[in-house]
Amino acid sequence: MSSVIKQFLYVNRKAPYGTVYALESLEVVLIGAAFEQDVRLLFMDDGVFQITKGQDTADIGMKNFSPTYGALGDYDVKYMYVCKQSLEERGLTVDDLLDLKWEDEDEDWAEKDSIILVDREEMKSLMTDADVVLSF
Amino acid sequence: MLHIVNKSPFDKNSLESCLSCAQDGSAVLLYEDGVYGAIKGSAYAERLQSAMSNITVYALEPDVKARGIADKVIDGIKLVDYNGFVELTAEKEAVNSWL
Repeated sequence: MSSVIKQFLYVNRKAPYGTVYALESLEVVLIGAAFEQDVRLLFMDDGVFQITKGQDTADIGMKNFSPTYGALGDYDVKYMYVCKQSLEERGLTVDDLLDLKWEDEDEDWAEKDSIILVDREEMKSLMTDADVVLSF
Repeated sequence: MLHIVNKSPFDKNSLESCLSCAQDGSAVLLYEDGVYGAIKGSAYAERLQSAMSNITVYALEPDVKARGIADKVIDGIKLVDYNGFVELTAEKEAVNSWL
């Protein structure tokens, strides 16, 4: 396998279930992570709805894929940025989101929060700093 | 008339157009991503709440539950299941679907 590691930023802007973008993005995130790349996610606009807690799809006949976000820490996905302004516009706070964690190998596998709230200025740098930006 | 809306008001203007065309006494049913319009305290909530003095707003409960917002629905919005959806369409003279 190539030893070149690039930083991939996946920008998620769509709500889950109504369209297939969110699920497709998640599939590609898992592929990137399997190739041991530096994979980071940014949730903005309606994309913040992808990681709300308490999703129950039993009555709409679709798979609830939100638990998969909780497994990303095991794939070394450590940074999940969430646009603060998008949350506020939608009447949400960080407490309405899934409790996403990763384990820090360098600190005796201490659990750390994956979710980092960011403002628009920080989002500009995130996009500038990434080697590859994939937008869904 | 029954208006049905399946797009998020934060992503598309379907709900806004719908509300601006809905006659007093008509009904609006939010379903699929349209249910995001039903969230309490959002930037859209006030607009919907003011419309609710003249129109009745429903939200499809299975879609509300799927999206994890069941405890955030604006007071006064009536939750219906699929049977309730069918009943509304049967009860109203016409249905207008805002895609």
